[in-house]
This record gives sequence, structure tokens and C-alpha cells, in this order.
Amino acid sequence: MMTLRTSPEVGGMGHAVKRKEDPRFIRGQGRYVDDIELPGMLYLDIVRSPYAHATIKNIDAAKALAIPGVLDVITGATLAKYNLHWMPTLMSDMQMVLPVEKVMYQAQEVAAVLATDRYSAADGVAAVEVTYEPLPVVVDPFKALEPGAPVLRTDKPGKTDNRIFHWEVGDKAATDRAFRDAAVTVKQDLYIPRIHVSSIETCGCVAQFDRVFGQLTVWMTTQAPHAIRTVFALVAGHVGLAEHKIRIISPDIGGGFGGKVPVYPGYVIAVAASVLTGKPVKWIEDRMENLQADSFARDYHITAELAAQRDGTLTALRIKTLADHGYTDAAANPSKFPAGLFHICTGSYDFRAAHVEVDGVYTNKPPGGIAYRCSFRVTEAVHTIERMVDIMAHELQMDPAEFRKKNFIAPEHFPYTSALGWEYDSGNYGAALELAMHKIGYAELRREQAEKRQRGELMGIGISSFTEIVGAGPSKHFDILGIKMFDSCEIRIHPTGKVIARFGTKSQGQGHETTYAQILAEELGIPVADIQVEEGDTDTAPYGLGTYASRSTPTAGAAAAIASRKIRDKARKIAAHLLEASEEDLEWEPGKFFVKGSPERSKTIQEITFAAYTNHPQGMEAGLEAVSYYDPPNLTFPFGSYICVVDIDTGTGEVKIRRFVAVDDCGNIINPMIVEGQIHGGLTMGLAPALFEEISYDEQGNIRQGSFMDYLLPTAMETPNWETDKTCTPSPHHPLGAKGIGESATVGAPAAIANAVVDALWHLGVRHIDIPITPEKVWQCLRASGVTDR
Amino acid sequence: MATHRIRVTVNGMAREAEVEPRLLLVHFLRDVLRLTGTHIGCDTTHCGACTVLLDGKPIKSCTLFAVQADGRDVLTVEGLEQNGQLHPIQDGFWQEHGLQCGFCTPGMLMTGYALLQHNAAPTEEEIRWAISGNLCRCTGYVNIVKAVQYAAEKIQQGGA
Repeated sequence: MMTLRTSPEVGGMGHAVKRKEDPRFIRGQGRYVDDIELPGMLYLDIVRSPYAHATIKNIDAAKALAIPGVLDVITGATLAKYNLHWMPTLMSDMQMVLPVEKVMYQAQEVAAVLATDRYSAADGVAAVEVTYEPLPVVVDPFKALEPGAPVLRTDKPGKTDNRIFHWEVGDKAATDRAFRDAAVTVKQDLYIPRIHVSSIETCGCVAQFDRVFGQLTVWMTTQAPHAIRTVFALVAGHVGLAEHKIRIISPDIGGGFGGKVPVYPGYVIAVAASVLTGKPVKWIEDRMENLQADSFARDYHITAELAAQRDGTLTALRIKTLADHGYTDAAANPSKFPAGLFHICTGSYDFRAAHVEVDGVYTNKPPGGIAYRCSFRVTEAVHTIERMVDIMAHELQMDPAEFRKKNFIAPEHFPYTSALGWEYDSGNYGAALELAMHKIGYAELRREQAEKRQRGELMGIGISSFTEIVGAGPSKHFDILGIKMFDSCEIRIHPTGKVIARFGTKSQGQGHETTYAQILAEELGIPVADIQVEEGDTDTAPYGLGTYASRSTPTAGAAAAIASRKIRDKARKIAAHLLEASEEDLEWEPGKFFVKGSPERSKTIQEITFAAYTNHPQGMEAGLEAVSYYDPPNLTFPFGSYICVVDIDTGTGEVKIRRFVAVDDCGNIINPMIVEGQIHGGLTMGLAPALFEEISYDEQGNIRQGSFMDYLLPTAMETPNWETDKTCTPSPHHPLGAKGIGESATVGAPAAIANAVVDALWHLGVRHIDIPITPEKVWQCLRASGVTDR
Repeated sequence: MATHRIRVTVNGMAREAEVEPRLLLVHFLRDVLRLTGTHIGCDTTHCGACTVLLDGKPIKSCTLFAVQADGRDVLTVEGLEQNGQLHPIQDGFWQEHGLQCGFCTPGMLMTGYALLQHNAAPTEEEIRWAISGNLCRCTGYVNIVKAVQYAAEKIQQGGA
């Protein structure tokens, strides 16, 4: 564990500083997008398609326009006049803002009603009459690739099938050879279902176009305000929106988890409506719109194979995946990676050969492919490898913990280059697993399990020893629409020693106002209380790519350290001037410089700062400011080992989580309280898809879980009392040795739960159950094996 | 549309307004009175972000018309702090890191406040049951439970 270098009053790294953002939230004084009200503001509401695939024959707005308060009905034809009816996606595909010809999924935007208030706008939506002619619906991604399947993207000239991309990585020949030579192989189909982040705040914006100044200001629920500004400028440049006249403000955000990275049609329509009317326009989606139309996550149909020697040494991994992207590829991935970072799928294990193929497919479903609190498809990768390792261990009749230890990448092998090309910066997987086993009492649990099995009781123990890959990213590999994925920090120290620091990221609850201040406190010795952190306003913050994929600490956190050190370098010069000493004779401890050997001759950072404006050396520029745009040399690789104990009701199939121990390693920790909170939340968002959440469609493309009636978020009753612990393996390349922690638990938890359930049922012949593991699925297994006849 | 004149006591203050009969209480609080601490997170009364107290009982203000609150007493998150003093439930959420994005927090605070009004020393199970109508996507609930326990102890020590 790292040692504390600052006092609690200063509050540098390692202190559990109470959050600076909380005083406003606990008073109901947060400022979220829907809290913003501007004079003369209009309201936008959206007409959505009841069909998954249909031609639009006619849109009749007459009855809507007759409603008092309804001002206008905007259709695809309205936007087509400005060539704004289509927009590019982050993956350089095209997405409709409003359709002019046909709709491609249920709940797609069809028209927008502009009114003087929310209720009139909703009345208008109900009164717009749209005539549709249904078309054949493609729901199953496997059928979508069959010859003769209806070609969905008729807008793409020459497109003759529904394949988006074929992507592969790894040495196919070597992998195939390893499988031919293997003593033992296992193969399993896994479906990782479509799910939705469901942040409690939905998406929305207030767009305000000032005709006099030609200035557009948009308050919006976005995790990446700068990138959005550039996208707006690129997409709408032809209608006169220039980047210096666009201001994106991301106010308090009520949870993001990846769902607030994309540009949704509603934002664009609201901007268009404000430009057309010259009035501020508010658009706030409701929960059903949010669930039914906003970007989904996952939806990977995976076939995975493992090869091993008889002694349990893993030799090769082979994966084929069909990725259902809906009607357009609107995934939020770095440009070069159509399947995100899925090829981290060799996980924590030392494979000599691996090969992965992914095929992207169009279907009549909403577009997406966002993260659900993970770093670009890492959860799909981890779930696959952790399930497969467990299956192989059981097949070989080896203990799953011992099997993992035998195959872990050894601590002395870091930095380690994986068979699929990643360079893991650091790791000590055995230590994390040992600690988790000790904490949960693994050996005793195995004894208890054996006894219970004798009595016909079902109990399972599941392990997940995951490796994350976060902090995108090194600019040589990572960009979004060509913009390199660096991030930034700008620090200004005022004459009296107080600080304002601004960042290119945007917190959605992660606590950046506190943790970034702690980094500055650590580096400069200025108390956290004296440091104001701001994000989310593109007019004031330095350019950055935003907050997602656990990248804030690895990128902007590093920028904060580097910018602080630039300030310290200048402060050293000023201190030398004030102390009449040479720079080399000065030593730093957090908060002051002193002369080596005579610590009574010192200047505090506050004294130095005041001098920077009042008594700086001749020839030096006044002031004390710095900016850093940090381009990380590599990603960081947080990891952990989770162990879950489940008891299964043999009558109902209900899975009860008895205990869940999570040991995480995110390197050096900025604020242990916030880290633990992130892990608690992440674990709960791992529990959710493991047992409850799924979005599915019937054969006509009707969504089955379109509201919180059917899409089940875990409540306090289903969520166990998480037990956490940690090991600490600092990142060797991050300036603070930190790694990022927001998503590890979401990534690692589902496999631990699924492995526990299958572990409980293995002796009954059960090899795999797809998540979410509902009581019905378990009950079907129990019935098939004769455990229950109820 | 015909309107009704309603008189509601909100956070101890008498408020009067002309409202449409279909106006939801949550929109009355947010849009008419501009008390935006009460949030909206779903359309089906599941998330609890809009929880306020009506005559001392926690209700979801997205499922009640403003006219139904006529002549009654409403307490929102803005009414918890008294004379510049945070209520122990507010302090508990701060001290125990019971919030992250803050969006579900006002509803959680009101539910926790109402629980402690009639059960001064709830068990963990009772707290979990009480807040099971309030969804949180950030915290995993563990620290929310601790926050309510913190407040219960503070109140018993005479903190409020």
C-alpha cells in the first residue's frame, strides 16, 4: 500500500476526502439538464414508430397543429431541406435523424412536435397521424446473413447483404494447429444479451441558438462535450455552425455508463428546432424512449473454444462472434476497433496462440454498441474467457482456483505481450486470487458444498479473475473520428494561492471535483478545500475526449499530475529567487520548497504563488499556470479476483447470492472511499445482467422490455452486501501509478455469478447457462435433471 | 383546458396556483414552483427519484396529480435543511458516500427520512425494504444503507 505524503487537511492521494460535490446534491441543488429553464423556452417531443420496419406513406400533422400551444411539426422532409436528415455515426456509418422514406426499428424517431409547454407537445405527438406500410422484419442476426434475407440498408448503394464488417485478429494457422495437437478441447456457445445502461437520469438537452451572434449553446447530457462540439461543427458546418460559435455545456449528469456518449437524433432535432425558431428548445426523453431507442450494449453471439494439455496447461483460444448492431453501426468504439477491445479476451492467462473473428450484422433493432460501464467490449471478452476457463477446469476435474493459478501470466512476466497483441503493463493475479480465497474461506466452502451435495442441496462457488484494459489511449492506436484520445488539465493558481483547475473529461457521478483536487493537493501541497475543479463547458475547459471506458484517471488524472509538475518547476525558480538560493539546492515536500540542510529557510507554495504575481524574477513571465494534454504511452490494466457463493432453491430455481468477495487492484489509489463506492456500484451493474436485465424482441421486432415494468434493475432487496478488499500493483507508466477503477467490477462480476450457478449444477450435467440467469432457466435445468418435478 | 385553483403547503410555505387537472404533482413542484430537487427517472412509478412526503408519507409525485395535493402538506428535499443545519439523513449520505451522480439522492433522502420518522432504529433488512422502491444505478445501495444507519444513530443521540 502506498504511504500518505500529505496531511488530512491537505487531502492528497490516499485520503478518504468527503466529496466536494455532495453539499449541492444532498440539498437538491444539483443542476441537471431538465432543471434548466430559459425565458421563452419551447418544448420538443417525438413521434415514434410502432413498427420495426416500414415504409412511411404519409405524415399528417394537421390535427396536431390545431392544438393550442403546438407550433410546428418537424419531419425528415423539414431536415432534408438542410441535408440534416442523416448524420454520421462514430463508426462512420450513417444514422437517420428523421426518416424520409422508411423506419428501421420500433420506437425510431418519425417526427417531432414543437410546443410552448411539455403537455401540449405530448398532445401534439398523440395527434400526428402517420401512415405506414409494414416491411419484412429482420430480427435474428443469423438469419440476417442468410442468402435471400431482406437487405435492410437500401440507402447504401450496391449493398447486397446485411453484413457490416468482418474483423479478425491473431494467428489463425498457429491457433488451428494448437487445437489439432491439443489433448483436451472444450467448445461453448455463449449469448451475451442486449442490455441497457438505464442511468436514472434519461437523456436530453436545451438548445439555444442566438440569431444575432450566430452562437449555439447546448446544455446536454453528454460524457464527451468537446467531441460533441467538433461533431456538431463537422455535421452542421454547411448550414453555418462554426466550432467557435458552438458551446456545449454538460451540467450535472445523472449517470452515464456509456449511454451518454452517442449523439441521439433528439439532440440534433432540438438544435435544428432552435436554429429554425431562434428560441431555446428543450428535449427530455422519457424512460420508455430511453430504453427503447437509445444505444444498447453487448448483443454478442459467441462461439468459444479452449485447448489445453492433459495437465491443465492452456494452449489456445479460438472465438467466433456475431455482433448484432441493429440497423446502423453506431457503436462507441475507437475508430480502428470495430469490436472494441474484445481481443483482450485471452484475459489473465498465458496463451501461446489465439484467434478471434467478429462479424457485425444489421437487424431491425435500435443502433448502438456502447459499453454499459465497461471499456469497449471488455465485459464480453472477460465473460467469455472466465466462463470458458471454468468449463475447462470442470472438464479436467481440476479445482477452478488451482486451474487459474496454473495458467495465470506470472508476475515476473510483466510487461507481457498477449497472443492478440496487447502489452499488459503490470499484474499480480495470483496475489489477488489468494486474498479473495482467504477472505471468503474457500477451502471450507468447498467442504460445505460437498456435504450439501450429499444431502441434495445446491450450492455453488464461482470465481472470476479478470483483467481490464482501460485508459484509452495511446494516440498511435486510439482516436474517435480521427481525434486522438488524449485528455487534458489546465491549472491556474490565483495570487492568494487558491486554484481553479479545468479538465477535458466530464464526471457523471465519479467524483472528479474531489479526486482531481486530491491529485493537485498531492502534487502541489495546496489543500483540497482551496481547489476548484471544473469540467463540461467547452468555452472554458481545455479540449479533451471525455469520460468513459475508465479513462479519466489514466488520462486527465495523469494530465493533472503533469500540469502540477510544470507549475512546481516554475515555483522552484521563484522560490530560488525568494530564498536567494540556487534551484539545485532546493528540496520539495508537498506544500513548500526548503534549502537543503536548513529546513528553516523555506517558502510555502502560497508564498511562492503570491510572489508569482508580485515579486517574480526579472525576465520571467508573471503568473502560475500550466496546461497538459496527456497522451498515455500505453493503456492501464486493472485486474481483480471475485468469488461468489450462491445457494439455489431446488423448487423454484431462484439463485440467492450468499456472499460475494471482490478483490480489486487498480494500482495507487487517489481516494479509497470513492474507489470502494465505484466498486460497489460496478458490482451491482455486474449483478444486473447476470441475473435480471435483458432486452429482447419478438419476431415482429417488438421490444419485450420497454419500460421499468419489464426491464428489471436490481433494487436494494436483491443486491447483496458486497465485501471488498484490494491489492496494489501500481501502473509502471502512469505518473501516479494509478489505473482506473470505475468499471472493473461490472466487467468481472457477471462471470463470477454465472460460474457459481453452473458450479452448483455441474454434477447434474449442466455445462452453461446464458445470462441473465433467471429462475426459469435454472428451473428448466432442475426439471431436465430430475431434481424437481414441480 | 379548465384549470383549478389549488393551495398546497410546500416545505412549510403556503403556495397557490392555477393548474390543469392533469398536471402531475412532480411537474407542479419542478416547473411551477421551480423546486427542481425532486427528479423524474421513469414513467411507471418504479424508480422513486420523484419521492416526496405528502402529509408525512412518502409518495411518488409522478403518480399523483397536483390537484390531489390541494389542501395538503408536501415536504421536498429542499425542506430538509432547517436553519442552515443539514438534517442527519443529509449528513449521513455525505459522510457515508451514499451518493454518486446525485440523481436518485433526493428520493432516497425523502424515503430514508420517512422511514426514520416511524422507525427510529431500523434493521438493515428494514432499511433495504424501505428503499426498495427507489432505484440507484451508482452506489450498489451498501452505502445508502449505511447513510440511513448513520442518521438513525445521530437522531437517537439527539442530533435532530
